[in-house]
Amino acid sequence: MIEFRNVTKRYGAVTVLDDVSFTIKSGEFVVVIGPSGCGKTTTLRTINRLIEPKPGTVFIDGKDVTLQSGVELRRSIGYVIQQIGLFPNMTVEENIAVVPKLLKYPPEECRTIVHDLLALVNMPWDEYAHKYPNQLSGGQQQRIGVLRALAASPPIVLMDEPFGALDPVTREGLQEEVKRIQKKLKKTIVFVTHDMDEALRLADTIIFMDKGKILQMASPEEMLHKPADTLIKNFLGRHIEEETPSAPKRAEEFMKKRVYTVNENVKTLQSIERMRKREVNSLVVIDDEERYLGTVSIEEIKRRGKAGRAVSEYLNTDTLTVNRNSDAKEALDKLLASTENYVIVLNDDRSVAGIITRTSTAKALGEALWGEIEA
Amino acid sequence: MNLTTLFLANWPAIARSLATHIMLVVVSVGLGTITAIPLGIVLTRHRRFAPAVLAVAGMIQTIPGLVMLGFALVLLGIGTVPALAVLTIYSILPILQNTYTGISEVSPAYTDAAKGIGMTAMQVLFKVELPLARETIISGIRISTVYIVSWATLAGMIGAGGMGDWIWTGLATYNTGYILIGAIPSALLAFAFSAALGGLQRLLTPRGLRRQP
Repeated sequence: MIEFRNVTKRYGAVTVLDDVSFTIKSGEFVVVIGPSGCGKTTTLRTINRLIEPKPGTVFIDGKDVTLQSGVELRRSIGYVIQQIGLFPNMTVEENIAVVPKLLKYPPEECRTIVHDLLALVNMPWDEYAHKYPNQLSGGQQQRIGVLRALAASPPIVLMDEPFGALDPVTREGLQEEVKRIQKKLKKTIVFVTHDMDEALRLADTIIFMDKGKILQMASPEEMLHKPADTLIKNFLGRHIEEETPSAPKRAEEFMKKRVYTVNENVKTLQSIERMRKREVNSLVVIDDEERYLGTVSIEEIKRRGKAGRAVSEYLNTDTLTVNRNSDAKEALDKLLASTENYVIVLNDDRSVAGIITRTSTAKALGEALWGEIEA
Repeated sequence: MNLTTLFLANWPAIARSLATHIMLVVVSVGLGTITAIPLGIVLTRHRRFAPAVLAVAGMIQTIPGLVMLGFALVLLGIGTVPALAVLTIYSILPILQNTYTGISEVSPAYTDAAKGIGMTAMQVLFKVELPLARETIISGIRISTVYIVSWATLAGMIGAGGMGDWIWTGLATYNTGYILIGAIPSALLAFAFSAALGGLQRLLTPRGLRRQP
């Protein structure tokens, strides 16, 4: 667990971290993202004390990091940088084993570690252990960079834009690999990037920073659905557009709210007049408490209606109804199975909430696919 | 008297002079190296002093050798000690310059990575910076050595011996043979040192830094 408590860092008059507090759980993959100069790299480097905050405290597993020497602390935390920084004068094996050697592990153990780690990324020991960094491709070099960070089995690994300099294909491969390794070895990873694709792909939690402050700390899903700031929205950009609004699930999401109702005591002629005015061929009949009773159609009144009678006498109670919270599928099934042109949607108190017609269904589905539709 | 007979007649003395000459070079470059490398390292840690220190060292380098020997003569008398003092001072600059440049040019990617994985300042220096700067530093020593082989001929003037003795005698007596007996081995010595240090440089360059065939 990593905790920042009111961490501030100033360089002269410039504040790079402004009273930052957050907690990262063990085993979490946290991506810190934001525009350049937002303080994301400073945040990362404060964890292993390459930068000393003032004021403020960083705790790892509840322990103030300043209680042990920076050198010891850094040996217990993995560190991967964008420029890779494999030592060119050392072989792949020597590079990977550099921290175990600093920690004075016996040579046999170092060898085992190198063997196991190379196997983890499918780079055969025989082929790669004795190569020098300049004999490897960029992607292979950064794989070794990651392995070097893992060599002494640190529970926490810090990664500062590790894949920023790699081509997109190699980058994606490495992202998958790191995610896989993180899950397998249950590491806590703090990963800095300015690439939202990368953040969304890797993160359990994203910390979005700007001007030394945290704008939002949330899961990728939450950030996509509720970006806390327009800057975050801009960063998410095409991801928000790509994200389709979730398909309507409940009956009410398919309904049209404007429903023409008529009180049960209204007379036949009056109701016909109303239908003509609204250009509809039926009305929803309600009682004095506005509860649904049924429908009345113009054909029915024309066929056997008498002037001066209340519409309640010609009530059709076979009209399909659904509760507004019921599954939309139920409403659609009913609508499709019958010859009726609509389903009445009712509130819990049986008052009329709306009406689902073939048109309103098409509109709701259209909006789900392509966004707001003018109708 | 032709050169060969002159050489054969005097070879034990020539060999002694050559040995003295080599001693002057090795001791002064040795002293220069153990002064210049630590000083160069210190300068990379305190960069704001670097321009001033390197300027002073460069200025000393421009003082003519004879003038320096004159000073040394006045301050330290005649003999080996003042000669070594002067030669040592001259040997410092190229090594200092190359040590400073060599370490400064080590990419921050390596030093940052080294610090980030938990190396102490000393480990960063000895495991990363010096190995990566080694080629440049040795090249400084090589330049210095070649210089000092020729400057050391001046040391004969203040009684330090070496191949300079033969040259100065030759000049004083208009004897071309003596001049050549002093000059030719000096030139060959410069070549030999340069080649030896070049070999050492290649040998000590970490494999990963060598140009790929």
